[in-house]
Amino acid sequence: MQTNRFLKIAFVIPVAILIFLSSCERDVEGLSGPEFSNNPNVFTDNFIGLGSDFYFPYAGSKFTAFSVDNNEGYNSNSSIRIDVPNSNDLSGNYAGGIFRIDGPGRNLSEYNALTLWVKASQGVTIGELGFGEDFYPNKYITTLPNVSVGTNWTKVIIPIPDASKLVEERGVFRFAAGTQGTGGGGYTFWIDEIKFEKLGTIAHPKGTISFGNDITETTFVGVNSDIEGIQYIVNMPNAINLQINASPYYFNFKSSDPSVATVSENGIISTVGSGTSIITANLGNIETTGSVTIKSLGNFAPAPTPILPPERVISIFSDTYSNVPVNYYNGYWAPWQTTVSNDFSVQGNNLLNYNLFNFVGIEFSSPTVNATSMTNIHLDVYIPGPVAPARELRVIVVDFGANGIFQGGDDTRHSTTFTAPKLVSGQWISIDIPFSAMPTLGGRANLAQIILEGGDGSSLYVDNIYFYK
Amino acid sequence: MHFIFKSKSLSHGLCCIFLSMLLFSCSTDTEQKIDQPDWQLVWSDDFNGAKGGQLDKTKWTFDIGRGQNGWGNQELQYYTDRPQNVQMDGQGNLVITAIRENYEGAQFTSARFKTQGIFDQEYGKFEARLKTPYGQGLWPAFWMLGSNIQEVGWPQCGEIDIMELRGQVPNIAECALHGPGYSGANSITGKNILTNSRYDDKFHVFAVVWEESKIDFYIDNYLYRRIEKSEVETKGQWVYDHPFFILFNVAVGGNFLGSPNSDTPFPQQMVIDYVKVYKP
Repeated sequence: MQTNRFLKIAFVIPVAILIFLSSCERDVEGLSGPEFSNNPNVFTDNFIGLGSDFYFPYAGSKFTAFSVDNNEGYNSNSSIRIDVPNSNDLSGNYAGGIFRIDGPGRNLSEYNALTLWVKASQGVTIGELGFGEDFYPNKYITTLPNVSVGTNWTKVIIPIPDASKLVEERGVFRFAAGTQGTGGGGYTFWIDEIKFEKLGTIAHPKGTISFGNDITETTFVGVNSDIEGIQYIVNMPNAINLQINASPYYFNFKSSDPSVATVSENGIISTVGSGTSIITANLGNIETTGSVTIKSLGNFAPAPTPILPPERVISIFSDTYSNVPVNYYNGYWAPWQTTVSNDFSVQGNNLLNYNLFNFVGIEFSSPTVNATSMTNIHLDVYIPGPVAPARELRVIVVDFGANGIFQGGDDTRHSTTFTAPKLVSGQWISIDIPFSAMPTLGGRANLAQIILEGGDGSSLYVDNIYFYK
Repeated sequence: MHFIFKSKSLSHGLCCIFLSMLLFSCSTDTEQKIDQPDWQLVWSDDFNGAKGGQLDKTKWTFDIGRGQNGWGNQELQYYTDRPQNVQMDGQGNLVITAIRENYEGAQFTSARFKTQGIFDQEYGKFEARLKTPYGQGLWPAFWMLGSNIQEVGWPQCGEIDIMELRGQVPNIAECALHGPGYSGANSITGKNILTNSRYDDKFHVFAVVWEESKIDFYIDNYLYRRIEKSEVETKGQWVYDHPFFILFNVAVGGNFLGSPNSDTPFPQQMVIDYVKVYKP
């Protein structure tokens, strides 16, 4: 759910930083029960109760970025020092990692925020500060993105969406910092006084699913879909609302009719029968806003399986053929695009599922596609919701021209418009357009984009996009 | 919780003395006891109406509109008596709701009501239990004006602000006296700072005890500011020997705190549990 350019953690090489400090012994007074400490302190001039093997940098980061500085500190002379490398550093082009307790987790349920003090060698925006990442399952990962840090010590508050879930948490701190905002130049930042607190100065917590909207999805038996827009909103001490993406594990989901749809604890809806079910959630004892109404049409009828032999096809998206390299099936083109992707598969048949569809761009420019030997484009589309009389679907084919560059001066395109009665609801619509019917497409030696337009904010399924002869 | 005694009118030296007294008192007696007379309740409203119910017209009257120059403070709201701006919540509270909406040329609506012409009193204890709104540009107030305002004008009539705060600073409540020689930005003020809580997420009781020689401001039964008649007379005239009436309102914007911005969450509510007036 949370996209994270830093976290390509297919695997991580654990790097043990051994630190022997007398105060690392567990705080006996902080024990809440027989097993899990409620000690709030992570780093208060020393690491507190983290054990010896607690630092794990992210794959691709500079492993030596972290050290303890015994000259700098917030009201002290000790702090965590992070040396963010230059972007061209071959040993890692960013700094990032987790601090995980080497031993049993902590019971943090009595707190409501992780707080810390931070300063940097220059004004920077630190990509991510947070907690709850433990390799794995990272259930309660919580991140404050884009933290503005100056050259004086300032306090950062990372609120906990629902601390009652954190009864055995080992991932007590995480960070990721790159040089996107400094033109590639490295810098240093220092962190001190990392601890969990019960703050009375943050108030009015709220949760949302679907960004607080009540949305409807038309689905089929066997379809799984993610709940979007799972967010935690809380009013900070300056009376400004902080709105962050939250791990679905903090939320308790409910299906009004489990014979139609079920929800897993990580926010994935599984449609299991036909009918209607409303998915809602609560965050602890806080009601969340937003809902997903699942309208299941029962068993899914897949798009017709293509029958052309592969040598007559250049495939962009299908399960029948090998697809050419595709940059993306949804470019999320700012600022006007509302379309989000919620692609699904039914019994091995993959579909593009565009929700909140107004328009969407598919790009295959690396390399562009030479379709001079092809004669047509084909795609199958399915509109699950009603089709208004004026509804249009426009299929735009874009060629980047001889230079192969977007907006390189020689781009050409052609838009073909479809309306009712070609557009129908609830059944597959096969679209075939000959290139001979695309007079404004200047050529097809450098095809690079297919754009679909004309959505009304509902859903559109697409399958079997290919050029053929 | 300890009261914090801070005021623009106190010298630094006095502040230090008070703070050191506080520090010492922390370790021993944690409450400041003020001898109080046996207060006799003379007027009150518990706001115990049904959900959606309206204010008791035998106790309250509304101010409507934008006033002169935004009620003298360049406030941005249009005050109405519509239920969306003021109504009972059915749980024993009266709710003033400030809304971001275009209405009669204003960008915001809210409500302001008062006992002018219906109830007033000279001296005594005036208190209300309430939760404030929050966010940049929200300006809630529980306050009083001299009933002779029509004859002598403001600030000659006197003004006692029992509670006001800036929504962008939800942990600091302020009190003030405005009168001839000390009004507007030169008023005599006090403030109470909560170090680890706020006035907008729990109810607090705001009270003034008004006597012939001094005016004491309390929050949750803690005296946080005493203004003696002698202190007032160093700045101007003591105008607190005649009846005052009560007002509640939520202003939006104005020169006390600045305008709301896109980060200000709307709608915003001030929730009032009760208001009570006592005589000794």
